[in-house]
Amino acid sequence: MDYAASREEALARIAQAQDLDALEKLRVEFLGKQGSISGLLKTLGGMSPEERQSTGPQIHALREAVSDALAARKEALEGAALDAQLARETIDLSLPAPDMPRGTIHPVSQVMDELAEIFADLGFAVATGPEIEDDWHNFTALNIPESHPARAMHDTFYFPDKDAEGRAMLLRTHTSPVQIRAMLQQGAPIRIIAPGRVYRSDSDATHTPMFHQVEGLVIDKGITLGHLKWTLETFLKAFFEREDIVLRLRPSYFPFTEPSVEVDVGFAIVNGKRVLGGSGDAPGHGWMELLGSGMVNRKVIEAGGLDPDQWQGFAFGVGVDRLAMLKYGMDDLRAFFDGDVRWLQHYGFSPLDVPTLSAGVGVRP
Amino acid sequence: MKFSLTWLKDHLDTEASVEEISAKLNAVGLEVEGIENPADKLAGFKVAKVLTAQRHPNADKLQVLSVDVGAGEPLQVVCGAPNARAGMVGVLGLAGAIVPNGGFELKKSAIRGVESNGMMCSVAELDLGDDHDGIIELPGDAPVGTDFAAYHGADPVIDVAITPNRPDCMGVYGIARDLAAAGLGTLHPIAAQAVPGSFACPLPIRTDDAEGCPAFYGRVIRGVKNGPSPKWLQDRLKSAGQRPISALVDITNYVMLAYGRPAHAYDLAKLSGAIFARRAQDGESCLALNGKEYTLTSAMTVIADDNGVHDIAGIMGGEHSGCSDETTDVLLEVAYFDPVRIGDTGRALNLTSDARQRFERGVDPAFLDMGLALLTDLIVGICGGEPSEPVFAGQPPVAPKLIKYDPAMAERLGGVAIPEAQQRATLSALGFASDAAWNVTVPSWRPDVDGAPDLVEEVVRIHGLDNIVSAPLPRLDGVARPTATAAQKLERKLRRAAAARGNNEAVTWSFLPEPEADLFADGNGGLWVLQNPISEDMKAMRPSLLPGLLAAVRRNLDRGAAGLRLFELGRRYLRGAAGASDERLTLGLVLAGEKTARGWASGKAAMFDAFDAKGEAMALLAEAGAPVDNLQVMGEAGPQFHPGQSGTLRLGPKTVLARFGMLHPALLKQFDIDVAVAAVELFLDAIPSRKAADFARPHYAPPALQAVRRDFAFLVDGALPAGDLVRAIRGCDKANVVAARLFDDFRGQGVPEGQKSLAIEVTLQPGDKSYDEAELKAIAERVTAAAAKLGAVLRG
Repeated sequence: MDYAASREEALARIAQAQDLDALEKLRVEFLGKQGSISGLLKTLGGMSPEERQSTGPQIHALREAVSDALAARKEALEGAALDAQLARETIDLSLPAPDMPRGTIHPVSQVMDELAEIFADLGFAVATGPEIEDDWHNFTALNIPESHPARAMHDTFYFPDKDAEGRAMLLRTHTSPVQIRAMLQQGAPIRIIAPGRVYRSDSDATHTPMFHQVEGLVIDKGITLGHLKWTLETFLKAFFEREDIVLRLRPSYFPFTEPSVEVDVGFAIVNGKRVLGGSGDAPGHGWMELLGSGMVNRKVIEAGGLDPDQWQGFAFGVGVDRLAMLKYGMDDLRAFFDGDVRWLQHYGFSPLDVPTLSAGVGVRP
Repeated sequence: MKFSLTWLKDHLDTEASVEEISAKLNAVGLEVEGIENPADKLAGFKVAKVLTAQRHPNADKLQVLSVDVGAGEPLQVVCGAPNARAGMVGVLGLAGAIVPNGGFELKKSAIRGVESNGMMCSVAELDLGDDHDGIIELPGDAPVGTDFAAYHGADPVIDVAITPNRPDCMGVYGIARDLAAAGLGTLHPIAAQAVPGSFACPLPIRTDDAEGCPAFYGRVIRGVKNGPSPKWLQDRLKSAGQRPISALVDITNYVMLAYGRPAHAYDLAKLSGAIFARRAQDGESCLALNGKEYTLTSAMTVIADDNGVHDIAGIMGGEHSGCSDETTDVLLEVAYFDPVRIGDTGRALNLTSDARQRFERGVDPAFLDMGLALLTDLIVGICGGEPSEPVFAGQPPVAPKLIKYDPAMAERLGGVAIPEAQQRATLSALGFASDAAWNVTVPSWRPDVDGAPDLVEEVVRIHGLDNIVSAPLPRLDGVARPTATAAQKLERKLRRAAAARGNNEAVTWSFLPEPEADLFADGNGGLWVLQNPISEDMKAMRPSLLPGLLAAVRRNLDRGAAGLRLFELGRRYLRGAAGASDERLTLGLVLAGEKTARGWASGKAAMFDAFDAKGEAMALLAEAGAPVDNLQVMGEAGPQFHPGQSGTLRLGPKTVLARFGMLHPALLKQFDIDVAVAAVELFLDAIPSRKAADFARPHYAPPALQAVRRDFAFLVDGALPAGDLVRAIRGCDKANVVAARLFDDFRGQGVPEGQKSLAIEVTLQPGDKSYDEAELKAIAERVTAAAAKLGAVLRG
C-alpha cells in the first residue's frame, strides 16, 4: 500500500474542506470508527511482528499527519468563522453613547465652601442666624437706633408682624446680626464667618433684592486693625490664589464699627475684565470697593453681652455673589437667581470640585 | 456733595493739585465718587463771533451765519436760534466736538442744502444750565478763537460721598478743615462781618416746641432788592449741581452748602403776626416749595404764623411765604431742630431735602449766630437793605462733650503707634481741645464723636490707614482643627450628592408671589408676607422650595428646554415660637419633562416618573445617613402632588424625612407648565444625625459560604403595597434572610381579578455550614408564613 499517496490525498482533501461540517465528515471518513485510517490501524493486529515493525510506523505517521491536519484546518476554519462573525458585528462607534446627565454646584455654594475652607485654616467656624430677623438684632444691637439715619441706608423689607417682645420683624439687611447671636450664644473669644442670604429693597443692574454676604467676626484680647488688615489680605490672597493682592484701607462709617474701614482692592483691566492684583495706583490699574469692616463698636460688644473693656475685635462683611463674579467672571448678578440651566451648566461646578487647601480652593476652567 | 476746586480754595489755602486733593480725601474717609473736569467735556468748542447772518434760502426759521473763529477763513454755519445775529459773540462747536448734552459728535453736514461746519451752542447743549431758548451770548470783548473751556474757567468739580456720621462735612468748609488737618493746606477762618441791626425786629419770634426746635434765631432785613445772584455765587451753586433761583434763595443755599448750615428766608409781606415754631396739628397741611401738599401730624414741628403753617421745620419751606422777585423785606430763620424729629418727620412724609439731610444728621448747634451773621452779610452785600436787631429765641444744645482719652489706645485698637504730640496736633486741627491729662473736648460740629474709639479713628484716619502694619492672627499649633458642624457637613454632602446624580443646583428667590406661596402653605402656621415688597412677585416667603423651582422650570421650558433636573438647598420659612421665624433647611428637587431624549438606541424620549423621584429621595437619604431600610413609604405627600403617584418617606409613623412623587396636574397648570414634573422635598432637620464618636466601623468579614437565592411568587390583594410584603419577608428570619428583592409585579392572565402576583428573590446567608434541605424548607415556610399574614398565597 502506498501510504505516502494516501497521505497526500487526505491532506489535500482536508486543505480543501470549506467549512467545519465538511471537515467533520472528513474526520469521520479518515479517523471515525469506520474510517479508512482507523481501518488501517486495525490491520496492525493481524500482522507479523516484522510486518508490524515496518508498516506500523507508517500507519501511525499517516494517522498523526491526518489528525494534525484536521486540527490545523479546524483552527483555521474557526478563526475565519470568528473573523467573519466579528466583521458582521461591526458597529458605528461614531454613534453617541448614552447620555449621563451632568449635575452642577451653583457658584454661590461653591464660593461659600471655598470661604469656609480658607477661614477654617485661620481658625474660623461657620455660624448662622435667621434671615427673618427682629429689628433689635438687625439694627438696635448693632448701634443703629430707631431714629438713626443709617437705617435709611438699608432699604429694609419689613413684615407686619411683631415678635413676642414687640420687636418688628424684618428680612435681615446684612449678616451682622449673626455677630450679636454668636456673642450671646458662645461668649468670647470668637472667630466666625457667617455666610448667608441678605435682603435689601433695591433692584437694578447690579443690585438684586436678595443677595449673599459673608460676615467675619473676631472677638479676643488685643485684636487691632492690624489683625483685620492681615486677615483680609490673607483671605483674599488665598481666595484669588494671587500673592499680588493689594488692599487700600479707607476710613468710613458703619454704626457697628469704630473705627470703620472701607477696603478697596487694586485691579487691572485685562481683555475688558477686571482682574484683581497689583496696586490700584499703578499704571493701568484702579481701586475697587470690595468690603466694609472695622473694629467692633463697644456698644455692639455690650449688646452681645460681653465686657468691652475686656474684649475687642474686628468684623467685616463682603458680598459672596460679588466675590464669585470677580473670581469666575460672571457679569450679571440677576442670572444667579434665574435657574437658567444653560447658565448653571456653564458657570456651575462639578460636584467633585470640593475646595481643599492642598488642591487650591479655586477651580480653573 | 459736589463742589468746585475754586470753592474749596475759598476756605483752604493749598497748592495741591486736584489729584492730590482727591487722594487725600479718600485717605481721610471722604470718598471721592468722581471728579468732573469741565474742560474735558468742552474740547472743540471755541469762542466765536458771528460776522453775518442771512436768511436760509430753503427754511424760514434757519439762518446762515458766517462765523469768525479767530484763525483762517470764517466758517459757514446754519443756525436755528432766534437770537443769532451779526455781531454777537457765542460758542461754536467745531466738527469732531462731542456735544456734552446728548453726547453726539458734530459733523460737517448740509442742512436743507446749505453746508454747515459746526453748531452755535446753547447753555443747555453744553450742560451748563437749563436755558435752551437761544444760543449763548458772551460779552462782546470775549477773546474770539480761544477755547471756550479756558474762557469759561475750567474749574474741576469734586463729588464726595459723605457718610451719615459727618454732618460737618456737608459743607465745603468742613471738608477743607479735614484736608487742612491732614496737612494739605491752611484753613481760612470764617469771614463774616457782624452787621449790627438798626431797628428792633418788627415781629415776635419764639419757639413753642422747645423739644423739636430748641432754638430759633431770626432777624428782618428791610428794603432788599431780589434778582439774579452774582456770577461767583451762581458758579458755586452750579458746581454743587444746584440751579440758581434768585439772590435771596441762592444765598441761603450757599450758606448751607458752604458751611452745612441750612436756613430759610421768608417774604415778610406774606407773614402776619408773630412767627414761631410749634407742633403741627393733626391733619394740618402745608403746600411745600416742591409744589406738593403735605398733611402733617402733631408729631411734627412746623414754623407758623398766626394764619398757619409756613414751613415744615428743617425740611422744606412753604410755597406761600417763599421769596420772589417782588420781595422787599425778608425774615431770616436760623434754627436748631432736633435730629430725631427731623428724621421721623421726613420719613413719615417721604420727603427728602438738603436741609433735612443736614438737620437729621445734626448741624452745629454753636453755629447759629455765625450762620445768621453770614446770611445777613451776604444779603446786605448783594441785595442791599437794612437789618433789624437779631432775635434769639430758645437755646441750642451746646453743652460740650468731654472724653477721657488715652493716646495708647491708638495702637491698642488701631494697631499703629502714633506719637502723642502728633495725636494732639491732629485732634487740635480737627477742633478737639485737649488738656494735659488728655481730657478731650469734642467740637460742637462733631455729634458723631462720643467715645475714645472715635478719637482713635480721628487720629488714625488723619495719620493714614496705609500706615497700619498687618499683624497675623495668632493660630493654634499644628494643622487647623475642623470647624464644620454636623448640620453643615450634612448640607455640603447632600448638595454634592444631588449634583453628582446629575442634578443642577439653582438658587432661587426666597420670596414668591403670594398666590404661588399659598399653594404650598398647608399647615405651616401662616405665610410670612412682606409689608413693603419690591413687587407682587416677591411678596411671600417661601414655605416650600418647590414653587421657586417650578418657576425656574417654566422659564427653562419657555427657552426651549425639554428635560430638567433642578435642585435647591435652602430654607423654608415657617412660623416659630414667640413670634420668631422657623427656618428649616430643605432640599427641593424637580425632574421635569424628558428623562432621556429620543435616541438611536432607545427610541422615543422617556419621561420622568414617580420612581425617578423616589430613587432620588432614597439615594439622597442614604447619603445623608438616614436608615433607608427602615423607612416606610406612606401617603399624604400633600395636595400639591398627584394623589395616586406620590408618597412620604417616614421614620416611624410621624417623622417625615421626605415627600416625593408626581406633582398634581392642576398645580402645574397654575405654574403654566405643560409637562409632567416629578418632585422631591427632603427635610434636612428631620434626618436623624449619626452619633458615632469614633472613626472605626463595626467589624465585618465577608462570609465564607456563598449566599443562596430562592424565588417566591405570591398572589396578593391588588391593593396591598408591595413594600409591605417585601418588608414582612425581610423581617421573617433575620438569622438567615439578608435581603428580599421584588422583581416582578404582574396582573392579568392566570392571576385572579383584583389580585396581583408579586415575585420576590430572597437571599439567604448560611453561617458556618451550608444549608441542608430541611433547613431550606423551614426557612421557606417562615417566608410563606410571614407573607400569609398579609393574605399572600404562594403560587404553585
